[in-house]
Amino acid sequence: MLEFINSNIQIIYLVILMIFVGVELIEKVPSVLHTPLMSGANAIHGVVIIGAIIIMGEAETMPATILGFIAVILGTLNVVGGFVVTDRMLEMFKKKK
Amino acid sequence: MQSDILQLIYLIGAVSFMVGLKMLSKPNTARQGNLIAAFGMTIAIIGTIFLYDGIKVSNYGWIFGGLVIGSILGTISAKKVKMTQMPEMVSLFNGMGGACAMLISAVEFNHLVAGNPIDALPKGPLLIIMLGLIIGSISFVGSLVAYGKLSGKVGDKSLKLQQVVNIGLLLLILGIAGYAIMFGPQQTETLFYAVWVLSVLYGILFVMPIGGADMPVVISLLNSFTGVAAAMGGFLYDNKVMLVGGILVGSAGTLLTLVMCKAMNRSLVNVLIGNFGGNSGEASTSPSGGTIREINAGDTAILLKYASKVVIVPGYGLAVAQAQHVCHELEDLLEKEGVSVKYAIHPVAGRMPGHMNVLLAESNVSYDKLIEMENINPEFNTTDVVLVVGANDVVNPAAKNDKSSPIYGMPILEVENAKNIIVMKRSMKAGYAGIENELFYQPKTSMLFGDAKATLAKLVTEVKSL
Repeated sequence: MLEFINSNIQIIYLVILMIFVGVELIEKVPSVLHTPLMSGANAIHGVVIIGAIIIMGEAETMPATILGFIAVILGTLNVVGGFVVTDRMLEMFKKKK
Repeated sequence: MQSDILQLIYLIGAVSFMVGLKMLSKPNTARQGNLIAAFGMTIAIIGTIFLYDGIKVSNYGWIFGGLVIGSILGTISAKKVKMTQMPEMVSLFNGMGGACAMLISAVEFNHLVAGNPIDALPKGPLLIIMLGLIIGSISFVGSLVAYGKLSGKVGDKSLKLQQVVNIGLLLLILGIAGYAIMFGPQQTETLFYAVWVLSVLYGILFVMPIGGADMPVVISLLNSFTGVAAAMGGFLYDNKVMLVGGILVGSAGTLLTLVMCKAMNRSLVNVLIGNFGGNSGEASTSPSGGTIREINAGDTAILLKYASKVVIVPGYGLAVAQAQHVCHELEDLLEKEGVSVKYAIHPVAGRMPGHMNVLLAESNVSYDKLIEMENINPEFNTTDVVLVVGANDVVNPAAKNDKSSPIYGMPILEVENAKNIIVMKRSMKAGYAGIENELFYQPKTSMLFGDAKATLAKLVTEVKSL
């Protein structure tokens, strides 16, 4: 256990810091922005696409190729769709001020 | 050299996520924030394709093919979706991310099995793969169910002892996964697939009993799940940008979920157990002896035209009837007549916090006319006419007066303080919480029945002809 913590100590620090950063970033959001913010966060976790690209890029067998290909499509949908939808929502706020 | 540049790109990507999220939480910087995050994502993707060690050039075709297909489908569906269906769309995209994490776990598990004797799989990676699989699957299937519920394709269903079944199933999943990781039995492969199937099942059972009205909270929660699933990929590949992006969304998403619950004055546990919004038995406790007063469009128009201050309370009824444009037309018309018109926005008006603002902004209602609940409530005393368009629970005084009401404690718009209240509704049917609204029976209240869009259009004609 101790050994595991020690060998991954940097990552553990990073995770804990990120949890705090995430909480700080979102505090005091006006409720007006809840939906776009959720949608924006939704697009950001699309970063999982990088994992999909890696498995696709390293794929050697047919099953891995197929699964990787599907994963890349799904991940891209998450990223592109997420950002476009968020932008469409926010575009509406900007028109008149 | 290559991987050094890639690390730098990942750093920029990670920082752009943080800056983007920060800017997204303020109205005037939100749009740029979204673009900054999108930029960070783009360079991280391009960097990975060309600089990541181990990507075979022979697989470029597949990668670009997938990217192109995904981009086209994603853009088209995101552009075509109606503003009222936004929540469903977000849920669907979230599910795609969860599915992606799930598939990554499946492929990496096979790599792990191929590279090690089955009874001596390295525990650390196996743990991460298992977690990615479980969380990703739940998020994927749960989001699809939430999508189905919001678009009306799936109803609210719950089994007897649903919560007991759910907890039992979750413990079973964790038990099997824990056993496989700790003891590395010969059957690890079978156990892995069992965990997969059970997680998919859990995703269905988890969302199924939760009422449709609570779906935004559930989507927000599943959103943070997908964040955590993405972070698992970050552990697996020691990839900092995935880790930062995933954990950031995981923690911000969890907080956002809690904030949304707070706006409805409910606890997360309460939402997840789902004791209202469904079809609970104690539905209608109608105030005895109440009579309602109907009003027609002509009289309403007179009332509106000769008022000096009108407040419009838009609700989901306005959204489904797509009445935001004609509503804005009426507002314009009244303003020209010298009537001051404002919109009272309840934090959970529509089906999602902020949803109503988006809809009204779409039809060019100016931002400063949308007044949030805390600021408009003191103004109702001096308001001549309140026009409630397809809203119900958010103006129900029972939330303040009736301790036995399921919505007791939810902050509401105190429209009953105004001089006249006109409620536009299609019928006397109860709102999402499934309870009667005593406001409708008050002497100051008149009911104007009909579809929101058609009735508003009628009002516009009537006001014009006066």
